[in-house]
Amino acid sequence: MDDEVKREIILEHYQNPLHRHKPEKDGYEKVNTANQSCIDNLDIYVDIQDKIIKDITFTGEACAISISSTSIMIQNLIGKTVKEALEYIDNFDKMINEKEYNADLLKDANVYDNIYKQNSRKSCAFLPYRGIREILAKYLEE
Amino acid sequence: MNREDFPMLKNDIIYFDNGATSLKPKTVIDKMVDYYENYSANAHRGDYDISYKVDMEYEKTRDLVAKFINAQDKEEIVFTSGTTESLNMIATGFFANIIEPNDEILITTSEHASNVLPWFRLENEYGCHVKYIPLDSNYHVTLDNVKKAVTPQTKIISLAHITNVIGDIRPIKEICKFAHEHDIFVVVDGAQSLPHIKVDVQDLDCDFTAFSAHKMYGPTGLGVLYGKKELLDNLEPINLGGGMNESFDSPMEIILKDVPTRLEAGTPNIASVIAFSESINYLNKIGMDKINERELHLRNYLVEKLVKIPHIDIINLEADSGIVTFNVNDIFAQDVAYYLNKYNICVRAGNHCAKILKNNTNVNNTIRVSLAFYNTESEIDMLIELLKDKDKIMKEMI
Ligand SMILES: Cc1ncc(COP(=O)(O)O)c(C=O)c1O
Repeated sequence: MDDEVKREIILEHYQNPLHRHKPEKDGYEKVNTANQSCIDNLDIYVDIQDKIIKDITFTGEACAISISSTSIMIQNLIGKTVKEALEYIDNFDKMINEKEYNADLLKDANVYDNIYKQNSRKSCAFLPYRGIREILAKYLEE
Repeated sequence: MNREDFPMLKNDIIYFDNGATSLKPKTVIDKMVDYYENYSANAHRGDYDISYKVDMEYEKTRDLVAKFINAQDKEEIVFTSGTTESLNMIATGFFANIIEPNDEILITTSEHASNVLPWFRLENEYGCHVKYIPLDSNYHVTLDNVKKAVTPQTKIISLAHITNVIGDIRPIKEICKFAHEHDIFVVVDGAQSLPHIKVDVQDLDCDFTAFSAHKMYGPTGLGVLYGKKELLDNLEPINLGGGMNESFDSPMEIILKDVPTRLEAGTPNIASVIAFSESINYLNKIGMDKINERELHLRNYLVEKLVKIPHIDIINLEADSGIVTFNVNDIFAQDVAYYLNKYNICVRAGNHCAKILKNNTNVNNTIRVSLAFYNTESEIDMLIELLKDKDKIMKEMI
């Protein structure tokens, strides 16, 4: 992906993020995820039924990287099983931290494949994943 | 002005985060190096020449600070690790001993965390109540609003002299006069005022003042607690240890030294205290009036240009210090800071440790430019150029 395309995808998801609202019905798990080193602060809501992610929404304030990353995450995780989602997240984690990873799996989330060059923004891109990983881990155990 | 005095300015940066910490002139740095290289000994232990010199230099700074703020007595100057520690000592070491349930402590929503949380702790532990002086439409504190907020239960008013988000100068002298007529103590958080305006504690007649050396072109890790002598005498030391005791034989027989030594337990931040003398010398040499005049000029220069940019909202149009807080419409403050960073411009994004102010302004996060006298018109021009073009910001912020 060239940089111009990446920028467009990020901006599109920043300006028109998916599901930026509170859940419209009950039964969602909520997690707050915030960066200690900056001012990003999001609440993420997940609806999991039979170990499948049915829906994700979010609210809060954060930078372009965090918001777009959340939106792309929502796009990619809905419909996945908890196990698949955790694999996806591990893969994203590896990409951000310059380890070997499977790019095909990440789809649009590949727009952050260069983010490791900006140390201060790595945690922005990973912010929503940190939150949702906590919730998913619980469901895997059950 | 005076840019050549600051080694940091030789780097290719535009530094607009002076409210967070200031740059240090070469004389301050040299003074610190001189201590480490030539008479690096402990203080208060003067059995040999270089240790004696440490004592002399250490006390010389105390003298200079006392004169700088026109304290009545150099013993009213206590060295701490910063404004934060000073305010905590005031709340926990002094007021915790005299506060009673249902006493009221007045602050505002624009205070820095260090002038909020120590008072919250008193509320939690002693059943007193933290109340807020309402801010006017410019988020300023007026004497009238102080009068309205005071009740027979009010025991303490604790205010920043200049706030770090709005940059307004509070009418401390008038507030002290009114407060003292009603037997209320006044604590002044001077973190943002000492570096930028003349502060005369006797003229203000405040009971306590706290400030940080690092915001005054001085070293990090050092602050000052000023208190009227008779109050400091009753401030209980939080730290006990070496240097501050006269003698001890058993828990029943501990004799402490007098203030300020009593409140400076352990080996102090010697290098910073000694180097801080050069910050004071430096400020005296330029003159606080001149510094203030220059910073106000820069502020006006910046604001005049910023107001012309349609996609910028200035939060604090009215203020008498070098702090300008604003937002670019529809762009998160942190993204603007990242964008400016690409051009080596340092600004602060966030809530600036004033987390309850958002209840008044309805804005959570902002961009803050905090100017110092060494900033220039051309640095401001560069900032304006970069902020003018919203598409460019959008394009380059990621
Ligand atoms: C108004 C105000 N009060 C207190 C502080 C705390 O100072 P320090 O971190 O040096 O203790 C600051 C610093 O940001 C400040 O701006």
